[in-house]
Amino acid sequence: MIAALICVISVAAFLQFFISYSRSIIAAYRKSELSEQVREVVGIEGQEVNSDQFGRLVQLVRLCPQRGDDRTDLKVVGVYYWMMGVVRSVARQLAPRITSWAERERAGCAYFVAVALDRRIAYSRDLLAQQMSDR
Amino acid sequence: MLGPFDYAVTLISFLAEAYVVVCLCVSKNYFRYFSLNIYMLAAASATVGQVITLRHFGLTSQVYGYVYYYTDALLTIALFFVIMSFYQQVFHQMGVGRYVRWASIFLLSATALFSYLVVRRMPSHHLTNRFVVEMSQNLYFVGVVLTYLLWGAVVKLRETRTRLIQLVLALGIFFSSNAACYALRNLFPALEPSFLKWVPPLAGTFLPLAWAYTFTKISEDARLETARVALPRMAAHQPS
Repeated sequence: MIAALICVISVAAFLQFFISYSRSIIAAYRKSELSEQVREVVGIEGQEVNSDQFGRLVQLVRLCPQRGDDRTDLKVVGVYYWMMGVVRSVARQLAPRITSWAERERAGCAYFVAVALDRRIAYSRDLLAQQMSDR
Repeated sequence: MLGPFDYAVTLISFLAEAYVVVCLCVSKNYFRYFSLNIYMLAAASATVGQVITLRHFGLTSQVYGYVYYYTDALLTIALFFVIMSFYQQVFHQMGVGRYVRWASIFLLSATALFSYLVVRRMPSHHLTNRFVVEMSQNLYFVGVVLTYLLWGAVVKLRETRTRLIQLVLALGIFFSSNAACYALRNLFPALEPSFLKWVPPLAGTFLPLAWAYTFTKISEDARLETARVALPRMAAHQPS
Protein backbone atom coordinates (compact mmCIF):
# COMPACT_ATOMS: atom_id res chain seq x y z
CA MET A 1 0.00 0.00 0.00
CA ILE A 2 2.74 2.47 1.01
CA ALA A 3 4.84 1.44 -2.00
CA ALA A 4 1.87 2.05 -4.33
CA LEU A 5 1.29 5.48 -2.79
CA ILE A 6 4.99 6.39 -3.09
CA CYS A 7 4.97 5.19 -6.69
CA VAL A 8 1.97 7.32 -7.69
CA ILE A 9 3.26 10.46 -5.92
CA SER A 10 6.76 10.00 -7.35
CA VAL A 11 5.52 9.54 -10.92
CA ALA A 12 3.35 12.68 -10.57
CA ALA A 13 6.31 14.62 -9.14
CA PHE A 14 8.59 13.30 -11.89
CA LEU A 15 6.22 14.54 -14.60
CA GLN A 16 5.98 17.95 -12.97
CA PHE A 17 9.75 18.28 -12.55
CA PHE A 18 10.42 17.09 -16.09
CA ILE A 19 7.86 19.48 -17.62
CA SER A 20 9.29 22.41 -15.66
CA TYR A 21 12.86 21.43 -16.56
CA SER A 22 12.00 21.28 -20.27
CA ARG A 23 10.18 24.60 -20.03
CA SER A 24 13.22 26.19 -18.37
CA ILE A 25 15.30 25.19 -21.40
CA ILE A 26 12.66 26.37 -23.90
CA ALA A 27 12.15 29.68 -22.05
CA ALA A 28 15.78 30.65 -22.59
CA TYR A 29 15.24 30.47 -26.38
CA ARG A 30 11.86 32.26 -26.24
CA LYS A 31 13.66 35.59 -25.85
CA SER A 32 15.35 35.27 -29.25
CA GLU A 33 13.56 36.61 -32.31
CA LEU A 34 13.60 34.66 -35.55
CA SER A 35 15.53 36.16 -38.44
CA GLU A 36 13.85 37.00 -41.74
CA GLN A 37 15.90 34.31 -43.48
CA VAL A 38 14.70 31.45 -41.27
CA ARG A 39 11.11 32.60 -41.55
CA GLU A 40 11.47 32.52 -45.31
CA VAL A 41 13.15 29.10 -45.36
CA VAL A 42 10.58 27.50 -43.09
CA GLY A 43 7.61 29.50 -44.37
CA ILE A 44 6.69 31.18 -41.11
CA GLU A 45 4.61 34.35 -40.95
CA GLY A 46 5.17 36.56 -37.91
CA GLN A 47 6.95 35.22 -34.84
CA GLU A 48 4.69 32.22 -34.18
CA VAL A 49 5.70 28.73 -35.32
CA ASN A 50 3.15 26.01 -35.97
CA SER A 51 3.65 22.92 -33.79
CA ASP A 52 3.32 20.62 -36.81
CA GLN A 53 6.50 22.09 -38.25
CA PHE A 54 8.58 20.54 -35.46
CA GLY A 55 9.60 17.44 -37.44
CA ARG A 56 10.58 19.43 -40.51
CA LEU A 57 12.56 21.91 -38.42
CA VAL A 58 14.45 19.07 -36.72
CA GLN A 59 15.36 17.65 -40.14
CA LEU A 60 16.64 21.07 -41.25
CA VAL A 61 18.64 21.45 -38.03
CA ARG A 62 20.30 18.09 -38.71
CA LEU A 63 21.43 19.34 -42.13
CA CYS A 64 23.27 22.31 -40.61
CA PRO A 65 26.79 22.08 -39.16
CA GLN A 66 26.67 21.67 -35.40
CA ARG A 67 27.56 24.49 -33.08
CA GLY A 68 28.05 21.77 -30.49
CA ASP A 69 26.12 23.48 -27.70
CA ASP A 70 22.50 22.65 -28.44
CA ARG A 71 22.45 18.88 -28.92
CA THR A 72 21.38 18.10 -25.34
CA ASP A 73 18.74 20.82 -25.44
CA LEU A 74 17.32 19.43 -28.68
CA LYS A 75 17.10 15.93 -27.21
CA VAL A 76 15.32 17.11 -24.05
CA VAL A 77 12.92 19.26 -26.08
CA GLY A 78 12.31 16.35 -28.48
CA VAL A 79 11.23 14.14 -25.56
CA TYR A 80 9.07 16.97 -24.22
CA TYR A 81 7.42 17.49 -27.62
CA TRP A 82 6.62 13.78 -27.83
CA MET A 83 5.25 13.82 -24.29
CA MET A 84 2.99 16.78 -25.06
CA GLY A 85 1.77 14.92 -28.15
CA VAL A 86 0.71 12.03 -25.90
CA VAL A 87 -0.98 14.47 -23.47
CA ARG A 88 -2.82 16.13 -26.35
CA SER A 89 -4.06 12.82 -27.74
CA VAL A 90 -5.18 11.53 -24.33
CA ALA A 91 -6.88 14.78 -23.26
CA ARG A 92 -8.58 15.50 -26.59
CA GLN A 93 -11.89 13.96 -25.58
CA LEU A 94 -11.67 14.61 -21.84
CA ALA A 95 -10.28 18.09 -21.27
CA PRO A 96 -10.12 20.62 -24.13
CA ARG A 97 -8.23 23.12 -21.92
CA ILE A 98 -5.39 20.65 -21.41
CA THR A 99 -5.40 19.92 -25.15
CA SER A 100 -4.93 23.58 -26.02
CA TRP A 101 -2.23 23.93 -23.34
CA ALA A 102 -0.36 20.91 -24.76
CA GLU A 103 -0.68 22.42 -28.23
CA ARG A 104 0.86 25.70 -27.03
CA GLU A 105 3.70 23.75 -25.43
CA ARG A 106 4.29 21.89 -28.70
CA ALA A 107 4.35 25.21 -30.55
CA GLY A 108 6.93 26.41 -27.99
CA CYS A 109 9.07 23.35 -28.80
CA ALA A 110 8.81 24.11 -32.52
CA TYR A 111 9.83 27.73 -31.87
CA PHE A 112 12.81 26.45 -29.89
CA VAL A 113 13.98 24.33 -32.84
CA ALA A 114 13.44 27.29 -35.21
CA VAL A 115 15.74 29.43 -33.03
CA ALA A 116 18.31 26.60 -32.95
CA LEU A 117 18.11 26.46 -36.75
CA ASP A 118 18.55 30.21 -36.96
CA ARG A 119 21.68 30.02 -34.80
CA ARG A 120 23.11 27.16 -36.82
CA ILE A 121 22.53 29.01 -40.10
CA ALA A 122 24.29 32.07 -38.66
CA TYR A 123 27.14 29.80 -37.54
CA SER A 124 27.41 28.24 -41.04
CA ARG A 125 27.54 31.70 -42.57
CA ASP A 126 30.35 32.72 -40.23
CA LEU A 127 32.26 29.54 -41.11
CA LEU A 128 31.84 30.22 -44.82
CA ALA A 129 32.90 33.85 -44.43
CA GLN A 130 35.96 32.72 -42.48
CA GLN A 131 36.93 30.23 -45.18
CA MET A 132 36.50 32.86 -47.90
CA SER A 133 38.70 35.34 -46.04
CA ASP A 134 41.39 32.64 -45.46
CA ARG A 135 41.73 32.07 -49.22
CA MET B 1 28.58 -9.74 -15.80
CA LEU B 2 28.48 -6.11 -16.85
CA GLY B 3 28.21 -5.17 -20.52
CA PRO B 4 29.65 -2.24 -22.50
CA PHE B 5 26.53 -0.18 -21.80
CA ASP B 6 27.03 -0.47 -18.01
CA TYR B 7 30.69 0.55 -18.31
CA ALA B 8 29.77 3.46 -20.60
CA VAL B 9 27.14 4.73 -18.14
CA THR B 10 29.61 4.42 -15.23
CA LEU B 11 32.33 6.25 -17.16
CA ILE B 12 30.03 9.08 -18.30
CA SER B 13 28.73 9.47 -14.76
CA PHE B 14 32.26 9.61 -13.30
CA LEU B 15 33.48 12.10 -15.92
CA ALA B 16 30.44 14.37 -15.41
CA GLU B 17 30.94 14.33 -11.61
CA ALA B 18 34.63 15.19 -11.97
CA TYR B 19 33.78 17.87 -14.55
CA VAL B 20 31.34 19.61 -12.20
CA VAL B 21 33.98 19.79 -9.45
CA VAL B 22 36.65 21.10 -11.84
CA CYS B 23 34.18 23.54 -13.41
CA LEU B 24 33.22 25.02 -10.04
CA CYS B 25 36.86 25.25 -8.93
CA VAL B 26 37.88 27.04 -12.14
CA SER B 27 34.97 29.49 -11.91
CA LYS B 28 35.85 30.12 -8.23
CA ASN B 29 32.41 28.94 -7.11
CA TYR B 30 33.71 26.07 -5.00
CA PHE B 31 32.51 27.47 -1.66
CA ARG B 32 29.28 28.88 -3.06
CA TYR B 33 28.22 25.32 -3.91
CA PHE B 34 30.23 23.60 -1.19
CA SER B 35 27.74 20.81 -0.35
CA LEU B 36 27.21 20.09 -4.03
CA ASN B 37 30.97 19.81 -4.54
CA ILE B 38 31.38 17.48 -1.58
CA TYR B 39 28.53 15.35 -2.94
CA MET B 40 30.09 15.21 -6.40
CA LEU B 41 33.49 14.23 -4.95
CA ALA B 42 31.82 11.56 -2.81
CA ALA B 43 29.82 10.27 -5.80
CA ALA B 44 32.95 10.08 -7.97
CA SER B 45 34.82 8.22 -5.18
CA ALA B 46 31.86 5.86 -4.71
CA THR B 47 31.85 5.11 -8.46
CA VAL B 48 35.56 4.21 -8.32
CA GLY B 49 35.01 2.13 -5.16
CA GLN B 50 32.12 0.24 -6.73
CA VAL B 51 34.12 -0.57 -9.87
CA ILE B 52 37.09 -1.82 -7.78
CA THR B 53 34.78 -3.98 -5.62
CA LEU B 54 33.06 -5.30 -8.71
CA ARG B 55 36.34 -6.34 -10.31
CA HIS B 56 37.60 -8.01 -7.12
CA PHE B 57 34.47 -9.75 -5.86
CA GLY B 58 32.07 -9.96 -8.82
CA LEU B 59 28.58 -8.65 -9.49
CA THR B 60 26.71 -11.32 -7.52
CA SER B 61 28.92 -11.18 -4.41
CA GLN B 62 27.54 -10.02 -1.09
CA VAL B 63 30.45 -7.58 -0.66
CA TYR B 64 29.51 -5.76 -3.87
CA GLY B 65 25.87 -5.71 -2.75
CA TYR B 66 26.87 -4.10 0.57
CA VAL B 67 29.14 -1.55 -1.10
CA TYR B 68 26.59 -0.65 -3.79
CA TYR B 69 23.54 -0.19 -1.58
CA TYR B 70 25.25 1.39 1.43
CA THR B 71 27.23 3.91 -0.63
CA ASP B 72 23.99 4.67 -2.46
CA ALA B 73 22.16 5.27 0.84
CA LEU B 74 25.00 7.47 2.16
CA LEU B 75 25.09 9.47 -1.07
CA THR B 76 21.33 10.00 -0.86
CA ILE B 77 21.74 11.37 2.67
CA ALA B 78 24.59 13.58 1.40
CA LEU B 79 22.18 14.91 -1.23
CA PHE B 80 19.86 16.06 1.57
CA PHE B 81 22.60 18.50 2.57
CA VAL B 82 22.74 19.75 -1.01
CA ILE B 83 18.98 20.37 -0.81
CA MET B 84 19.50 22.23 2.47
CA SER B 85 22.13 24.44 0.84
CA PHE B 86 19.60 25.25 -1.90
CA TYR B 87 17.03 26.10 0.78
CA GLN B 88 19.62 28.41 2.31
CA GLN B 89 20.15 30.14 -1.05
CA VAL B 90 16.40 30.53 -1.63
CA PHE B 91 15.72 31.89 1.87
CA HIS B 92 18.97 33.89 2.05
CA GLN B 93 17.31 37.31 1.79
CA MET B 94 14.80 36.43 4.48
CA GLY B 95 17.63 35.84 6.98
CA VAL B 96 16.44 32.42 8.07
CA GLY B 97 19.79 30.64 7.61
CA ARG B 98 19.87 29.65 11.30
CA TYR B 99 16.50 27.88 11.02
CA VAL B 100 17.60 26.07 7.87
CA ARG B 101 20.70 24.80 9.73
CA TRP B 102 18.50 23.55 12.59
CA ALA B 103 16.13 21.95 10.12
CA SER B 104 19.03 20.13 8.44
CA ILE B 105 20.25 18.79 11.81
CA PHE B 106 16.71 17.67 12.61
CA LEU B 107 16.38 16.06 9.19
CA LEU B 108 19.61 14.12 9.58
CA SER B 109 18.58 12.91 13.05
CA ALA B 110 15.13 11.92 11.80
CA THR B 111 16.61 10.04 8.85
CA ALA B 112 19.09 8.21 11.13
CA LEU B 113 16.31 7.31 13.57
CA PHE B 114 14.03 6.15 10.77
CA SER B 115 16.79 3.98 9.25
CA TYR B 116 17.54 2.51 12.69
CA LEU B 117 13.86 1.63 13.18
CA VAL B 118 13.73 0.01 9.75
CA VAL B 119 16.85 -2.06 10.50
CA ARG B 120 15.56 -3.08 13.96
CA ARG B 121 12.26 -4.23 12.47
CA MET B 122 14.00 -6.70 10.17
CA PRO B 123 14.22 -10.30 11.46
CA SER B 124 17.98 -10.40 10.87
CA HIS B 125 20.50 -7.66 10.24
CA HIS B 126 21.61 -9.18 6.96
CA LEU B 127 21.34 -7.17 3.81
CA THR B 128 18.24 -8.70 2.28
CA ASN B 129 17.00 -7.64 -1.10
CA ARG B 130 13.68 -6.46 0.32
CA PHE B 131 15.34 -4.42 3.03
CA VAL B 132 17.59 -2.44 0.68
CA VAL B 133 14.77 -1.82 -1.76
CA GLU B 134 12.50 -0.55 1.01
CA MET B 135 15.18 1.62 2.60
CA SER B 136 16.21 3.15 -0.75
CA GLN B 137 12.57 3.74 -1.65
CA ASN B 138 11.98 5.60 1.64
CA LEU B 139 15.18 7.65 1.42
CA TYR B 140 14.46 8.71 -2.16
CA PHE B 141 10.89 9.54 -1.27
CA VAL B 142 12.08 11.86 1.54
CA GLY B 143 14.22 13.48 -1.17
CA VAL B 144 11.17 13.89 -3.43
CA VAL B 145 9.20 15.57 -0.64
CA LEU B 146 12.07 17.91 0.29
CA THR B 147 12.74 18.86 -3.33
CA TYR B 148 9.06 19.40 -4.01
CA LEU B 149 8.77 21.74 -1.01
CA LEU B 150 11.88 23.57 -2.20
CA TRP B 151 10.42 23.91 -5.70
CA GLY B 152 7.19 25.23 -4.15
CA ALA B 153 9.23 27.85 -2.26
CA VAL B 154 11.10 28.78 -5.45
CA VAL B 155 7.80 29.38 -7.25
CA LYS B 156 6.12 31.19 -4.35
CA LEU B 157 9.08 33.49 -3.72
CA ARG B 158 9.48 34.13 -7.45
CA GLU B 159 13.09 33.05 -7.42
CA THR B 160 14.53 34.09 -10.78
CA ARG B 161 18.06 32.64 -10.76
CA THR B 162 18.05 30.28 -13.76
CA ARG B 163 20.96 28.27 -12.38
CA LEU B 164 19.24 27.55 -9.09
CA ILE B 165 15.97 26.71 -10.87
CA GLN B 166 17.65 24.18 -13.14
CA LEU B 167 19.73 22.64 -10.33
CA VAL B 168 16.59 22.11 -8.23
CA LEU B 169 14.56 20.69 -11.12
CA ALA B 170 17.31 18.24 -12.10
CA LEU B 171 17.46 17.10 -8.47
CA GLY B 172 13.68 16.63 -8.50
CA ILE B 173 13.88 14.46 -11.65
CA PHE B 174 16.64 12.37 -10.04
CA PHE B 175 14.82 11.78 -6.75
CA SER B 176 11.37 11.15 -8.23
CA SER B 177 12.58 8.71 -10.91
CA ASN B 178 14.54 6.73 -8.30
CA ALA B 179 11.69 6.73 -5.75
CA ALA B 180 9.21 5.56 -8.41
CA CYS B 181 11.64 2.88 -9.58
CA TYR B 182 12.27 1.46 -6.09
CA ALA B 183 8.54 1.57 -5.29
CA LEU B 184 7.83 -0.36 -8.51
CA ARG B 185 10.55 -2.86 -7.58
CA ASN B 186 8.81 -3.31 -4.25
CA LEU B 187 5.45 -3.83 -5.94
CA PHE B 188 6.56 -5.88 -8.96
CA PRO B 189 9.92 -7.57 -8.30
CA ALA B 190 9.63 -9.40 -11.64
CA LEU B 191 10.08 -6.11 -13.52
CA GLU B 192 13.57 -5.58 -12.10
CA PRO B 193 15.73 -7.66 -14.49
CA SER B 194 13.99 -6.44 -17.64
CA PHE B 195 13.42 -2.75 -17.10
CA LEU B 196 13.82 -1.32 -13.60
CA LYS B 197 17.51 -2.16 -13.19
CA TRP B 198 18.34 0.51 -15.80
CA VAL B 199 16.58 3.40 -14.05
CA PRO B 200 18.94 4.07 -11.09
CA PRO B 201 22.16 4.12 -13.20
CA LEU B 202 20.51 6.30 -15.85
CA ALA B 203 19.11 8.69 -13.23
CA GLY B 204 22.52 8.66 -11.52
CA THR B 205 24.12 9.71 -14.80
CA PHE B 206 21.44 12.29 -15.60
CA LEU B 207 22.04 14.28 -12.39
CA PRO B 208 25.76 15.09 -12.86
CA LEU B 209 25.18 15.61 -16.59
CA ALA B 210 22.33 18.05 -15.97
CA TRP B 211 24.37 19.91 -13.34
CA ALA B 212 27.41 19.97 -15.64
CA TYR B 213 25.18 21.44 -18.37
CA THR B 214 23.80 24.07 -15.99
CA PHE B 215 27.22 25.17 -14.72
CA THR B 216 28.60 25.31 -18.26
CA LYS B 217 25.78 27.00 -20.14
CA ILE B 218 23.88 29.04 -17.58
CA SER B 219 25.72 32.01 -16.12
CA GLU B 220 25.33 33.01 -12.49
CA ASP B 221 23.60 36.23 -13.60
CA ALA B 222 21.02 34.56 -15.88
CA ARG B 223 17.44 35.19 -14.81
CA LEU B 224 14.18 33.46 -15.65
CA GLU B 225 10.58 34.09 -14.63
CA THR B 226 9.31 31.09 -12.67
CA ALA B 227 5.82 31.67 -14.11
CA ARG B 228 7.24 30.63 -17.49
CA VAL B 229 8.61 27.41 -16.03
CA ALA B 230 6.13 26.21 -13.41
CA LEU B 231 2.98 24.36 -14.38
CA PRO B 232 0.04 26.77 -14.95
CA ARG B 233 -1.75 25.83 -11.71
CA MET B 234 1.38 26.27 -9.59
CA ALA B 235 2.20 29.61 -11.24
CA ALA B 236 -1.37 30.81 -10.59
CA HIS B 237 -0.69 30.54 -6.85
CA GLN B 238 2.14 33.07 -6.98
CA PRO B 239 1.46 36.18 -4.88
CA SER B 240 0.73 39.22 -7.02
